[in-house]
Amino acid sequence: MFSIKTKNISKAYKDVKALKNINLNVKEGEIFGLIGPDGAGKTTLFRILTTLILPDKGRAFVKGYDVVKKYKKIRKIVGYMPGKFSLYQDLSVEENLNFFASIFNTTVSENYETIKDIYSQLEPFKKRLAGRLSGGMKQKLALSCALVHKPEILFLDEPTTGVDAVSRKEFWDILNKIKNTGISIFVSTPYMEEAGLCDRVAFIQKGEILTVDTPKNIKSNFHDTLAAVKADNMYKLITDLRALKAVQAVFRFGKSIHLSFDINVINPDEILSYLKSKEHNNISIKKIDPNMEDCFMKLMKD
Amino acid sequence: MTRENILIKVNNLTKKFGRFTAVDNLSFEVEKGEIFGFLGANGAGKTTVIKILCGILSPSSGDVSVDGFDVYSQTEKIKKNIGYMSQNFSLYEDLSVYENFRFFGGIYGLPRKEIKKRTDYFLKTLGLQDKKDSVISSLPLGWKQKIAFSVAQIHNPKIIFLDEPTSGVDPVTRRQFWDMIYKTAHSGITVFVTTHYMDEAEYCDRISIMDAGKIKAIDTPENLKKLYKENSIEKIFIKLIR
Repeated sequence: MFSIKTKNISKAYKDVKALKNINLNVKEGEIFGLIGPDGAGKTTLFRILTTLILPDKGRAFVKGYDVVKKYKKIRKIVGYMPGKFSLYQDLSVEENLNFFASIFNTTVSENYETIKDIYSQLEPFKKRLAGRLSGGMKQKLALSCALVHKPEILFLDEPTTGVDAVSRKEFWDILNKIKNTGISIFVSTPYMEEAGLCDRVAFIQKGEILTVDTPKNIKSNFHDTLAAVKADNMYKLITDLRALKAVQAVFRFGKSIHLSFDINVINPDEILSYLKSKEHNNISIKKIDPNMEDCFMKLMKD
Repeated sequence: MTRENILIKVNNLTKKFGRFTAVDNLSFEVEKGEIFGFLGANGAGKTTVIKILCGILSPSSGDVSVDGFDVYSQTEKIKKNIGYMSQNFSLYEDLSVYENFRFFGGIYGLPRKEIKKRTDYFLKTLGLQDKKDSVISSLPLGWKQKIAFSVAQIHNPKIIFLDEPTSGVDPVTRRQFWDMIYKTAHSGITVFVTTHYMDEAEYCDRISIMDAGKIKAIDTPENLKKLYKENSIEKIFIKLIR
């Protein structure tokens, strides 16, 4: 059985087509990542799957239940962490957690095991108002509240947006622990490097799925040759490389430039002599493996 | 750094909210025309520092000047000389592109002729002349951010503060946005930028990493990597903050 199955889901807001014929199968027990920029349609898909809005067309199932006909059943078994911080800012950490537990007719102590790993980090601050927590702590509280009724599947809509790099890393460690307890996780993020931490990912752009696969397969399907290029004058380097017709993409990546090209058309030696003719100094051209962002940009272009 | 080239000068800056010390005895300088990356953990005090530098929050103690103006007594002069853009507050969604330029230009007291000239220049640079009368809400996020960046420069500021300008935009647009930052810095405007994308930290001339009200490290990305013997800013960040 699939934990999520969608068949040709479409949704429009007036004349904006937010989702176009989305077909996805999410397996039981996997961390499935929905990766794409703002406006790609991620939140719309989350809202359909958590039964908050209706699709215009197509059908979707969560744990085998139809999102339209069996919405009450689905609401009992999902945990949902919306993209916008939606806890009660004027309630304390503890009060928020108790409130969400009571909505699901349970108590914090009954499901303490499920939230223990993450909530234990918050317990020293349990009397603090939710509105006064830092970004990383708010995110942990929101996850605790989404978990407190021991859901079968977790929906996390951009849980790490605007969160610093350290808290992001901790958050993904926690997700892996949750996954090991058998809970399926459907998570979205605009940070491409987080895609590599999922079992499988779907890249989404302008309401359409670009690809669905494991991070490993997505990388091995990148068929161009990729090189990291450096020189003293990076500003001029990027302009000169873009002027080179035989290369396919030129993008800055941190301290180097990623250059993708067809090795049958141009080879690294030719690129090197071209750059020398443009009077660049300390040129380095190294062949590298693509990362998830390289792959996403390549798929965006096609 | 030569003295006359220093645009922001912060000396022993402290800011307390009640008993909580948000910014703890901070000292640093930012040079004219540099891209300065202001990184830090959530809740480290970055926003408090930016508010002080923009002249909208007074320090508890310490000396701070922006373009030679004092943050205690000359805040109105500071406001005339800075530009500010964040992801949350940027443009009026229900006004057109041109109306946004006109509104912000008006606030800074620019003559109408000058506003028109500046707007034409920015729209031409962005290739958006035909979108002049489009309502902001109808435009894609990436365009909005590029327009917001231009609007923040309508009054020709000496320095522009960018608070997480690229949060959530697609990877191609994110890089185009950085091309714009480079152009702006090349023209002599100082760029003070915060980001959670660690690869973007590498694009800055210098970066600082802040945690619990203090600056833990400040230097060029290259020097920091040598100092901490790491090959990426992300690793240094995690090392310092954890």
